[in-house]
Amino acid sequence: MNLRGKPEPVQVVKERRDATLAALVGRVPFIRWLGIRFERHGDELTAVLPYEGRLIGNADLPALHGGATAGFLEVAAVIELTWTGLWAEVESGRVTPDQLRAHSAIRMPKTVDFTIDYLRSGLPRESYARARVIRSGRRYASVHVEGWQDNRSRPFVWATGQFVMPQDRDG
Amino acid sequence: MVDFAQARQVMGNLPYCRALGIEIVDLGPGWAELVIPYRDDLIGDPATGVLHGGAVSALMDSTCGTAVICHPDGGVGTATLDLRIDYLRGATPGQALRARAECIRVTRTIAFVRGTAHDDDTGSPVATATAAFTVPGAAA
Repeated sequence: MNLRGKPEPVQVVKERRDATLAALVGRVPFIRWLGIRFERHGDELTAVLPYEGRLIGNADLPALHGGATAGFLEVAAVIELTWTGLWAEVESGRVTPDQLRAHSAIRMPKTVDFTIDYLRSGLPRESYARARVIRSGRRYASVHVEGWQDNRSRPFVWATGQFVMPQDRDG
Repeated sequence: MVDFAQARQVMGNLPYCRALGIEIVDLGPGWAELVIPYRDDLIGDPATGVLHGGAVSALMDSTCGTAVICHPDGGVGTATLDLRIDYLRGATPGQALRARAECIRVTRTIAFVRGTAHDDDTGSPVATATAAFTVPGAAA
């Protein structure tokens, strides 16, 4: 969407989108602590959790801790939901990355519940997750998120969460 | 026979629990109580200072897993099949979170576990967990 009249140079578009994503992700201490980063292609986000020894929950296998995987997926789900909601506002210029960096324009959805299915054990290597907003209304949203490692078609974990959307800015 | 010393040793040395500062408070046959300290680097919403759900789910998964390890029919080597967390309210900033979990039923193959987490306000739970775990030794 472009309500600014003339087509923008690709670099301007990229910078705006990357700055938006960075503002969104950079403000959450837990995301930084866990070491998650996001890769963006257009509006599609992939969350990446680089492997570190401290993520292990079963030293014998070894396998990633279920809590680490759960936290990773919840981060992926919340960022996707917030990103999707902000996209139109940022693309149209109603919200600027500078405003987002000031935190004033970002209201996070609240997780109501989150259900994780552990399909196979998480190997000690990099993990990826992609979330999909299944339904997003004024008050409630449902998000499904899948995590994989070596093979995109063989997820090792997936989860579904229900969220309460933030109130209007002046609400 | 449950070897509580072994359970403490195994759970106390899990790298991810150590990284988060999760510690065992107490345990008994088929139940466990664990605690996670409040830390600024585990905040999920900087506007409120509330802990991220990922810290809560790590506490819940660890507590439920410890309850299975401590069950007479459970044991070390259990794995989470599924875990549902209900976030009843935001944990109060600055307060540690304490979870208690117990095995509701353990069959030859599955352990059904329930957990509840509180901050200092013990009358109002922060989150509940419903989980199914594998029973070690069961044929896959």
